[in-house]
Amino acid sequence: MTLDVLDSGKPARIVAVDWAGLAEDEGKRLKALGVDEGAEIAVVHRGVFGGRDPLALRLGNMTIAIRRIHARAIEVEAA
Amino acid sequence: MSAKRTAALVGNPNSGKSALFNALTGASQKIANYAGVTVERKAGRLTLPSGAPVELLDLPGSYSFDAASPDEAVTRDVVKGVFDGEAAPDVLILVLDAANLEQHLVFAQEVLELGKPTVVALNMVDLAERDGLTLDPEALSEALGVPVVPTVAVRRKGIAELTDAIAEARSHADEEAHTRWHLTLPERRLTAKHIARSAILSKSTRHTIENGVDRILLNPWIGPVILFGLLFVVFQAVFAWATPFADALEGGVGAISGVFSERLPKGLFRDFLVEGVLAGVGSVVVFLPQIVILFFFILVMEASGYMARAAFLMDRLMALVGLSGRSFIPLLSSFACAIPGIMATRSISDPKDRLTTILIAPLMTCSARLPVYAVVIAAVIPQTTVGPGIGLQGLVLFALYVAGIVGAMVVALVLRSTVTKGAASGFIMELPRYQLPRLKDLAIGLWQRAWVFLRRAGTIIFVATIALWVLLSFPKADPGESQLDASLAGAVADTLHPVLEPVGFNREMSLAIIPALAAREVAVSALATTYAVDAEDEDIAAEGVTAKIAALWSLPTALAFLAWFVFAPQCLSTIAVARRETNGWKWPTVMVVYLFALAWLSAGATYWIATAAGL
Repeated sequence: MTLDVLDSGKPARIVAVDWAGLAEDEGKRLKALGVDEGAEIAVVHRGVFGGRDPLALRLGNMTIAIRRIHARAIEVEAA
Repeated sequence: MSAKRTAALVGNPNSGKSALFNALTGASQKIANYAGVTVERKAGRLTLPSGAPVELLDLPGSYSFDAASPDEAVTRDVVKGVFDGEAAPDVLILVLDAANLEQHLVFAQEVLELGKPTVVALNMVDLAERDGLTLDPEALSEALGVPVVPTVAVRRKGIAELTDAIAEARSHADEEAHTRWHLTLPERRLTAKHIARSAILSKSTRHTIENGVDRILLNPWIGPVILFGLLFVVFQAVFAWATPFADALEGGVGAISGVFSERLPKGLFRDFLVEGVLAGVGSVVVFLPQIVILFFFILVMEASGYMARAAFLMDRLMALVGLSGRSFIPLLSSFACAIPGIMATRSISDPKDRLTTILIAPLMTCSARLPVYAVVIAAVIPQTTVGPGIGLQGLVLFALYVAGIVGAMVVALVLRSTVTKGAASGFIMELPRYQLPRLKDLAIGLWQRAWVFLRRAGTIIFVATIALWVLLSFPKADPGESQLDASLAGAVADTLHPVLEPVGFNREMSLAIIPALAAREVAVSALATTYAVDAEDEDIAAEGVTAKIAALWSLPTALAFLAWFVFAPQCLSTIAVARRETNGWKWPTVMVVYLFALAWLSAGATYWIATAAGL
């Protein structure tokens, strides 16, 4: 399952990221923020318009906003 | 080594670095750009306990040396001492958010690997305590091998201890750097986890307030309502609160003009001072209160952490035209004035997003257009209603605002697929923790914004207004002839007029838009001068102009004039700020050319359609 379809509030673990499918700088930024294989995350908020884009993720003590297009490149499993 | 001593603050974004910088340097800060890039260089003077001064740099917040933005590249290059024209800092002050230790320790290890004299500021320990964390600075110091000082920058706690530690570290600055073992990113993450665990003494399961507050502020229904309610208040404040101050400034400039007019002998020098310098610079400085009030709200939103939430809420809408949520606030600010709007684009990390936002900011209807709109609409649009409670005049004004917004959206789309094309128009940002802004930090921020604006008014705008005054004042008119007609500006208008005549402009209009380059609303007083409306008071002058326009302009001509002002870059200050913010003349030139082209086309289309429709 990819991150964009993960239910809000459900804890999950990242199993794979399609780095090639992301723009180079965006991949770097995600990695630097800790969005990487093995990280434990949860979707905590979703946007208002157009398919409830963007998403807010909880990662440790941080909240990070990403777009659905990024979430689609992130494969997760329930944790 | 006798070279100037420097120290630099490094750390993740949202580690409270800027508040710490304010606490360490006070208001003695210099803001400029790093050579060759549009990244803000903030430097200040830090005084060590021995009284020795050190230049302290506040480097842009960074997640990694593997830079994903120009800001991060600057931080990396300065820290490593390879940035042209910047001395390598002798001491690094590594700022960590105590409540986000594990995350911030990842970048911290990269910095520590350099082996430079480093002091760690364990910042925002109060917020960590609020979240139920108790930390052990000594354990952290042992694990990292450098001194650790707990601080609360916004409350000025731990600042003296930090300064002592910097002085101590500085005394080792001349020693050879011992580069440490280089770790890979996964290794650094693992180490960060271990170090964070060993430094955290206790952790209660108390919920962070972020989740609760965000549940309301990011709620799909309530969130946008709160955002728009807040924006409504901001705009009310910008227009209502600023008026008395703007009036006072205007009165002050008027009083000084009065004194000069009385005391100085009649002649060229007096004219230069009163009609050139004071009138010109005065017409720009009256916007200062609006700019200060607007920036007050922007700074509060930024410092409290709400700005990122506003960006989150608006991101999807901005994505429709290829921008991200970060462009929302700068564009919104541009409704007051494009200058603070363009200045606010500094918070946009993606350079192409930022450039696009700067280029379209002048299309937002700024407050300087209102006097022009008001006078022309009052003159040619009848005061009828077109529906219950909807006046025709108000509708036209609304349409002008919409025309600017629609124009901006179209231009953004076109720019995004041509000159500012790029794959990465994503939106990845940290939503920082909520925090109460500190008054002194706000005051320093406001002072810096106001100073940038005033310096502009004092330099480039000053020169431009003098040039305009010369154009308008020479050669002198013969008795009975209007000065504007006889002047060089009149000659320029005559050359310009053949270009503007096809889009419906009469000669007075071609003339009026030249002095209006100083500020749009000057068009009104310029028209007053051409129509020889002799009135000292601006409001009476405006009334006189309205009557003249009603009598002399056809409806298509008047509408063309309005359409022109929706797009035309009639503001030297905006062009000057765009030059500063893009570090060169290339993009301001693009901006000016495309805006004039759009202005001409839209004025033309309006005129031709209105004429064909028999209006």
